[in-house]
Amino acid sequence: MKLEGRIWKFGSDVDTDAIIPARYLNQSDPKELARHVMEDERPDFFQKVRRGDILLAGKNFGCGSSREHAPLALKAAGISCIIARSFARIFYRNGLNLGLPLLESSEASEEIREGDRVRVDLTTGEIFDVTQQKRFFANPIPAFMQELIRDGGLIAHLQKRGAKGKRQSSNPD
Amino acid sequence: MTITEKILAAHTGKKYVSPGDLIDARVDLALGNDITAPLAIEAFERIGAKKVFHRDRVVLVPDHFTPAKDILSAEQCQVLRRFAKAHRLSHFFEIGEAGIEHVLLPEKGLVLPGDLVIGADSHTCTYGALGAFSTGVGSTDLGAAMATGRLWLKVPESLKLIYFGKLKPWVSGKDLILFTIGDIGVDGALYQAMEFSGEAIRALSMASRFTMANMAIEAGGKNGIIEPDGITLNYIKPRAKRSYRLYRSDPEAHYADVREYDVSRINLQVALPHIPSNVKDVREVGRIEIDQVVIGSCTNGHLEDLRVAARILRGKKIAPSLRLIVIPATQEIFRQALREGLIEIFLSAGAVVSPATCGPCLGGHMGVLAEGERALATTNRNFRGRMGHAESEIYLSGPAVAAASAVKGRICHPEEVLRKGA
Repeated sequence: MKLEGRIWKFGSDVDTDAIIPARYLNQSDPKELARHVMEDERPDFFQKVRRGDILLAGKNFGCGSSREHAPLALKAAGISCIIARSFARIFYRNGLNLGLPLLESSEASEEIREGDRVRVDLTTGEIFDVTQQKRFFANPIPAFMQELIRDGGLIAHLQKRGAKGKRQSSNPD
Repeated sequence: MTITEKILAAHTGKKYVSPGDLIDARVDLALGNDITAPLAIEAFERIGAKKVFHRDRVVLVPDHFTPAKDILSAEQCQVLRRFAKAHRLSHFFEIGEAGIEHVLLPEKGLVLPGDLVIGADSHTCTYGALGAFSTGVGSTDLGAAMATGRLWLKVPESLKLIYFGKLKPWVSGKDLILFTIGDIGVDGALYQAMEFSGEAIRALSMASRFTMANMAIEAGGKNGIIEPDGITLNYIKPRAKRSYRLYRSDPEAHYADVREYDVSRINLQVALPHIPSNVKDVREVGRIEIDQVVIGSCTNGHLEDLRVAARILRGKKIAPSLRLIVIPATQEIFRQALREGLIEIFLSAGAVVSPATCGPCLGGHMGVLAEGERALATTNRNFRGRMGHAESEIYLSGPAVAAASAVKGRICHPEEVLRKGA
């Protein structure tokens, strides 16, 4: 799977309160959430972001709360992929569960600039900065998670496996 | 194996697991709240699930925007209420019997040593204080776990944190965990199990242990965990309604890293804006005047925290033009605080006492900050804009510093308040 988009560059430790402030969590409509994505950090982000754009960040992206509204808002705003030096673990799970591709690369995180056009090959992990003509490789995505992404997220994965509450009667004791 | 690895192995039907293994683990308890559960219920329905895996093992607690702060919040609570009724859940807590989830669940005996707990709330790691594996997940994971009773997990590496020595006066678990986060950073334990150990941990009260495990996520940790001991069992025994297992790390267990802290050298800590790792000794923060103090939350809303605050506030008045909001974390804590006269002390000092809610901690309601305002809170995160306006500031501390600072109107050590006499 290949993606191409324009880069929005953020720093390190971008927390989920910055991605989507809790004052908007009294509902979970993706379109409504998208309207407020990154609003305290960059008030004009939602106005300017275009479908397919790629978000680039430093270390520990998505730290803080477990709110899935954060990757949901980014995805609904049009972000097609996030490249970071590292991700906070709950955000990482949530992104993959929603089918939002997340790639880790220290070099890409440092060298790619705001506004660059970047091509990403999710299968190989290759990140190509068209503007700078530079090539990077992301850490490989574990096979199990690749399967999740291929299936289109956790729900689709479970539907595919037919796990419709199969174990519903089992007692954990 | 470490205690974390042993619990994960036991829930996977394996004799042995090691860091990096991807496991399909059995879940003992799955938790959601009024913000995260609506999306989880949506995911549950999209899977096509008809029943929850076990009606005693799915817990729903409306606690974030409750008592419902607006129509949309009320509707979110309604989603939980309807789901709980339709699936005959044993543990749906209406606000009159509820509280902040991470203080409520242990209090009700719903989490026991050796359990594997997941919750769609990042502070689910709190229960590690009981010797359980517990971690925060998102709504989709919760929805899947509610349907299947299982969840895939990667076995984390463990980071051993050894605390020795004797605590200084007023220093609590909050200071130890803030100091630790200041030392290792907000991603210092990324994806790792933080195992808190040593004689100073064994000497800590249950409340302080909960506070430490609670903030493991603030260092990026997957879980925080403490080996159960006599103090754990004293807490558990009157509450447990099912069997449990005590696990300990093997002496030869492997750790990604081991760090040691002499607690006798750790003073009262304050985290400065806008990141929990930006910590300083309270005596080194300089003159920081504050508009609001919040004592409460899943981190520091325990009875013990209120007692500490009351010891300082007894017979005193808070600074003019300062707002002090005290939030007992559960109805039971509120009732006990009332019996002990703590609520009277708070009210006489000029505080407002709120029903249990996460409210102000995440800028939801019950004490949101205006532009340019500065708060000191016993909560867990001081990210920019977390408690309100993007141009407000949050400082974090334990209850002793919070109570003393409410009296002075600026961040200070409790001795500054008590030295003058009542």
